[in-house]
Amino acid sequence: MIRIARIAYRNLLRYSRRTMLTSTLIIIGIVAVLLFIAIAGSFKQLMVGQITDSMLGHLQVHRKGYVASIDNSPLNLNLKTRQVIKLKEILKDYDKITAYSTRLKFGGMLSNFTETSNIRLNGINPEMELQTVPLLSQRVKGKEETEGAPSLDQGQIWIPETLAKGMKLKIGMQVVLVATNQDGSVNGVPLVVSGIVGAMTGPGGRDGYLNIKDAYQLLRIKGEEVNEITIRLTSLSVMKPVFSSLKTQLSGFKNEKGKTIFESHTWEKLTPFSNIAKIIDLLTLFVKIILIAIVLVSIMNVMLMAVYERIREIGTIAAIGTSPRKIWSLFLMEGLFLGIFGAVVGSLISLGIIQVLNWKTIAMSFGRQNTLILEPSIATSEVLVTALIVIGISALASLQPAVKASKLEPVDALRHF
Amino acid sequence: MSLVEISNLSKTYQMGEVTISALKEVSLEIEEGTFVSVIGPSGSGKSTLMNLIGVLDQPTSGTIKVAGQEVSHLNGKERANFRGDHLGFVFQNFNLIPVLTVYENVEYPLIMVKNENASQQRDHINGLLDAVGVLDQRSKMPHQISGGQMQRVAVARALVTRPKLVIADEPTANLDHDTAHKIINLMKEMKDKWNTTFIFSTHDPKIIGEAEIIYTLEDGMLKNREDRRLK
Repeated sequence: MIRIARIAYRNLLRYSRRTMLTSTLIIIGIVAVLLFIAIAGSFKQLMVGQITDSMLGHLQVHRKGYVASIDNSPLNLNLKTRQVIKLKEILKDYDKITAYSTRLKFGGMLSNFTETSNIRLNGINPEMELQTVPLLSQRVKGKEETEGAPSLDQGQIWIPETLAKGMKLKIGMQVVLVATNQDGSVNGVPLVVSGIVGAMTGPGGRDGYLNIKDAYQLLRIKGEEVNEITIRLTSLSVMKPVFSSLKTQLSGFKNEKGKTIFESHTWEKLTPFSNIAKIIDLLTLFVKIILIAIVLVSIMNVMLMAVYERIREIGTIAAIGTSPRKIWSLFLMEGLFLGIFGAVVGSLISLGIIQVLNWKTIAMSFGRQNTLILEPSIATSEVLVTALIVIGISALASLQPAVKASKLEPVDALRHF
Repeated sequence: MSLVEISNLSKTYQMGEVTISALKEVSLEIEEGTFVSVIGPSGSGKSTLMNLIGVLDQPTSGTIKVAGQEVSHLNGKERANFRGDHLGFVFQNFNLIPVLTVYENVEYPLIMVKNENASQQRDHINGLLDAVGVLDQRSKMPHQISGGQMQRVAVARALVTRPKLVIADEPTANLDHDTAHKIINLMKEMKDKWNTTFIFSTHDPKIIGEAEIIYTLEDGMLKNREDRRLK
């Protein structure tokens, strides 16, 4: 086998220009695929991180039917105090849950005393919220350029950036928030703007925030009523098993009519970005298919040419008594070497380019976000899988030429000119 | 003792709608350790006969026994094994493997065909290279040596597996007269040294005289057998 490998290697060197051209094509293909995976993957990771760490959390629990009518921010589908207490007890038992935040989402009217606009708000406990969605603190700007989020004590409000611009609201200005409660009566509270929340793509990306105690006061809610519990996990990788377990556990709680009380969702079900993430995955698949086609066509072409050019040589070694299997192995190995060379060099070049891209900052904008910094990276498994695909396809592409070579009749091959 | 026994051997080729009879009812026997030449004009069937004796092709009818084995009905793999075990070949165009050195070309049949340990055969290979006069060229690639040297290497390659029979189809056709004579004499020396049977085809009248037995073919038929050992 070593001798076959040596002959195969020397044959590749013998047609060095062709070998280099084919290898270059494979290398370009691999570099394109790995860079696409690295950049698209980092964009996906960045966006998922932004969405889960600054808005949605990893999982959410609501009262059954709430998500279907989430656009209305209905208050009649709130989780009652005893349900919230029960849920808190359940969540405590999950060691993969690092934090959770209770939210009271509602719609209202915001006035700066000269003009009024509608606003969607989240009544939150700031401490719980920032533990659950830590990147929220980066989105909120207070009066001074200090680290961390500005305060959200009672009597304070964080206004969405778009609304602040439209209504010319600044930190420290007073506003009045008016909302309708569950009974249909209207109430209002004066609040001071303590933070401006940067806009973000996705649901809740243009919401304001106020202390949940102010929300209770405004909506005349007694007790701990909320309509959303956002959950943060140790990592995204544990999301599926935790979600599955939680969902099963929550499905056991039923009302008098025997219907389930709670519903739970992963972040993917709550934002249209999950579809973009799926499209990125699909594009990655298509790019891999293109790479497979490049490798298949180029290797098959070069190996078929090699067989046609070396028919007399094949006839000679067959006449001497070389078995068809060894002739088959020789051509298979040549194709395989081309694939291995292309895969190794292509992977190394890709990893080098990814390093360079990380040294140089790649800034991009997406939706209303202008300062997204991409940090391309690629998993070792992804590099290995891509390299193995290329090597496997190289072997596959060499099969037909190798079979053709092994089946040549020596007497016909020796007559060939 | 006969090394090759051919009986009523015929070979026809189909070229479109035309059937060409390349060999017609040929019968002959070749003894072990002889130096045999097959002669005849172009198209007389020399190469067809050589290919059939060399187990590279199968006859249309008749039987052919080489080294005591009937070979006309062997399949592709069996024929390859048989060639590797019993036969050596010298080609008109030398047909050395271009990516292997002179030494590696001679070593090739031992390793790739006979699956023998190369290091144990080093002395044998060097001995053969010395015998054919190219030991000093052992590290060169085929394109770095002359045609005559290439054919010497081809003779060494044909003999390396110690075959009973070496088939040489027009081995001197691409060589000048002097070199052609040297190659034929070399083959003769090797025959004497190893008791190997050589069958070579040629239409060069000047080297025919070197053969011990001459078979003459014409239009696919055996016209004459001349045994020069008696002269």
